[in-house]
Amino acid sequence: MKFGVVVFPGSNCDHDAYHVISKHVGQPVDFIWHRDTDLSTYDAIIIPGGFSYGDYLRAGALARFSPVMNSIKEFAAEGNLVLGICNGFQILCEAGLLPGALIRNRDLHFICDYVNVRVENTDTPFTQELKPGSVLRMPIAHAEGNYVCDDATFEELLRHQQIIFRYCDASGNVSEAANPNGARDNIAGICNHGRNVLGLMPHPERACEDLLGSSDGREVFRSLAGALAAAA
Amino acid sequence: MILATAYATFYRNIFRSSVSGPGAIATGSANQSHSLPLRVLTPSHNHFMKAKVYVTLKPSVLDPQGKAIKHSVELLGFHGVNDIRQGKYFEISLDNSVSEANAREEATRLAHDVLSNPIIEDFRVEIEK
Repeated sequence: MKFGVVVFPGSNCDHDAYHVISKHVGQPVDFIWHRDTDLSTYDAIIIPGGFSYGDYLRAGALARFSPVMNSIKEFAAEGNLVLGICNGFQILCEAGLLPGALIRNRDLHFICDYVNVRVENTDTPFTQELKPGSVLRMPIAHAEGNYVCDDATFEELLRHQQIIFRYCDASGNVSEAANPNGARDNIAGICNHGRNVLGLMPHPERACEDLLGSSDGREVFRSLAGALAAAA
Repeated sequence: MILATAYATFYRNIFRSSVSGPGAIATGSANQSHSLPLRVLTPSHNHFMKAKVYVTLKPSVLDPQGKAIKHSVELLGFHGVNDIRQGKYFEISLDNSVSEANAREEATRLAHDVLSNPIIEDFRVEIEK
């Protein structure tokens, strides 16, 4: 199974994602420059964190017009797996591959800290090896992580169980105090209708080694690799 | 008609030195070396149509920046401010390939597709010819 990590001008978590796939998942992985459009040899695409196009205009607003994004839309439409982390989540929302939008954190600050997220749903390739309700400790690093959507979209998310991760405290309680950025309903990550596209603001690729503070993020990649292996 | 600019002063001096009156210029006679094409000189400025796009957050969307500004404004002693919402303003000069008829359509498309995120923002377009 081959992974691709997309690189936009300004992406800066591409190497972390590459390292995790290469070392922890142990699978072939390439960097994909944002102007490349051939994704035919890949089984999963990761859109990493960072500041693509400097977050100019809006975070992810310009990256979504890069040539690779058309290919990713087709790739996703065919049911292939796409994981958007932080700026990747923002890009997926701007590109319409995920509903809603990420706006400025409620308290205006750029927050670089560990958070806990509760796994709300394990019926996705990205969480299928996790236990529902389990708590993952991962870092966030963002100023625009406040997930918003209108009421109709929110109803849809609930109805189709598209909310995959919610901010919570260490014991798994989803509370306002545990919400770092004001996101609606403490939403930290969602998937699309087809459950093959996932976006989340926390960085699982930065939580794969205990030496760095947490290895809970490994579970997400283990699920992803497991799902691909099962499908092969 | 020669304007009272630096260019005009230059040309006026040339004419004065070469001929006795405007008549000589009109016939293009004598003093070939000082015979300059009579041109209306304007500041070099190509006129472009301008689209002005205002992008604002939808009323239902939280604007913490606007709130922070309002708070600071109050601290600075401004009274009577009920609320402040921050938006964006874009000035787009359109080149000659865009006709007057199409300008609004093109600007609207740009505003809708790129300059704003319709999920969280509204926009308004003004065309200045």
